[in-house]
Amino acid sequence: MKHTEFLRIGGGAGFSDDRIPPAVELAELGDIDYLVFECLAERTIAREQQTKLQNPSKGYTPRLQERMAAVLPACVAKKIRIVTNMGAANPESAALETRKLAKDLGLGDVSCAVVTGDDVTELIRAHPELEIMENGLPVETLLPRMIASNAYLGADVIVKALETDAQIIITGRVADPSLFLAPMMHEFQWSYDDLERMAAGTVCGHLLECGAQVSGGNFADPGKKEVDRLSELGNPFADVASDGSFSISKVAGSGGLVSLATVKEQLLYELHDPSHYITPDCVLDITDLELIQLAKDRVQVQSARGKPRTPSYKVTVGYDDGYIGEGQISYAGPNALERAKWGAKTVQDRLKQRGFSYSEFRVDYIGMSSLHGLPENKVEPYEVRLRLVVRTPSKSAAQAVGFECRALHINGPTGAGGGIDPLVKAVLAVQSVLIPRHWIDSKIQIRKMGS
Amino acid sequence: MIRLHDIAHSRAGDKGNTSNISVIAYDTEGWEIIQQHLSIEVVKEAFAHITNGAVFRYELPKLQALNFVIEGALGGGVTRSLAQDPHGKSLSSLMLSITLMNK
Repeated sequence: MKHTEFLRIGGGAGFSDDRIPPAVELAELGDIDYLVFECLAERTIAREQQTKLQNPSKGYTPRLQERMAAVLPACVAKKIRIVTNMGAANPESAALETRKLAKDLGLGDVSCAVVTGDDVTELIRAHPELEIMENGLPVETLLPRMIASNAYLGADVIVKALETDAQIIITGRVADPSLFLAPMMHEFQWSYDDLERMAAGTVCGHLLECGAQVSGGNFADPGKKEVDRLSELGNPFADVASDGSFSISKVAGSGGLVSLATVKEQLLYELHDPSHYITPDCVLDITDLELIQLAKDRVQVQSARGKPRTPSYKVTVGYDDGYIGEGQISYAGPNALERAKWGAKTVQDRLKQRGFSYSEFRVDYIGMSSLHGLPENKVEPYEVRLRLVVRTPSKSAAQAVGFECRALHINGPTGAGGGIDPLVKAVLAVQSVLIPRHWIDSKIQIRKMGS
Repeated sequence: MIRLHDIAHSRAGDKGNTSNISVIAYDTEGWEIIQQHLSIEVVKEAFAHITNGAVFRYELPKLQALNFVIEGALGGGVTRSLAQDPHGKSLSSLMLSITLMNK
């Protein structure tokens, strides 16, 4: 039996393209036991599934090597264990790459354990009756366009991977807070019956999973909320005790801050009913949560409550949703808005004349209405950037918007400048369904590489 | 008249086509004002030109904060929206633009 009483867990990244140096700082100076990287956005895994189809050795987070190369030297030297979902659609290849990288860096044989079984694409195909959570329709409606489906696994499978003693754990889709809860369950021998600790560990993970968003990122507002050295924000770590009490802090000397205000913002981030936040590990209730500023840049979090985990896994169904086409061009000075409106109408008329039609056509006046719409009595700005965006199943129809928009330079109202190259992107959208846990629990596998 | 930006801060998050926007008071006085005056109706009106979806309001007195959940605010959802800000991260600033009638 282990007798760990305290654990320090670092939040290494808030998204796949997040800054890398703060994680290195945590590893080198943070005295952490675990470094956790959450790098897998909702639709990314389906996108990576497509990559894997084209190249079976790819399909993990594209920046895996860069991130691992930066932190491996310190993590190996200090025996810091890494837990990450950077495996995306291909955790095995991610582990092989990581091990090769470690060898190339002269760090020797670094053991990895991979978790697989989150890919439930074929299972979803076999159950067209499942109901889509967002719109109540059967998932059958998405099946012809489905690219991949993945279940949000929980901390229990990561615990199993940790039990192999591998230094690095690489998963595909798991719930973000579970990545952080797992080391606590493993080191402190917590069980799912221990609802208070499940809740504490889950809220701790929730606070760390977005990196610097709890330590000064997405926070600063000049004159209202000052943040020291935004370009050098420190990423957070949590000091967790075996009884589930914990505090959030960051490396001394790094930029940013950890205050009641930063913790409150992150606590409520992407959370709906605060008494009923569902994860694969528990149903979290933060209604009575208490925060205490223990010291500068250190906030204690207590009194999280939990209800038992549900019998379901949430599954993200990624599907092909056609194309988005976009064009932009600018107008300035007297009559700018009226000329931009006329430009928009000209493009719409041209597209109609060419026989194109669109299921959605959005017209934005950047500087005026592109972010919050156009309520009444808004003052007209000096410059207006026209943005035209469409949705269509046809790639050529999507392209046409950008070309017609750029043609306004020559053929539209006077003084149009700065048109961009036409933009077209293939859309990979997601919807969700629930499946019973027992459908996949037996298919989840842990595989260790190295000793 | 008091503008929310003067007494509270905010962060917006996304899940599918639903935006959640926290409103966190800087102090107890500010908390009393938002708790009393920042109703579902007020928020609905401020977001009326973006969505007529359902709005839910949750109180967290220990944090002196409110959490608003606004359905249909993200142009069809983060992964498919045509909007310039598909996550609706800037919607926290729309929230803080709200002016409340107090006293």
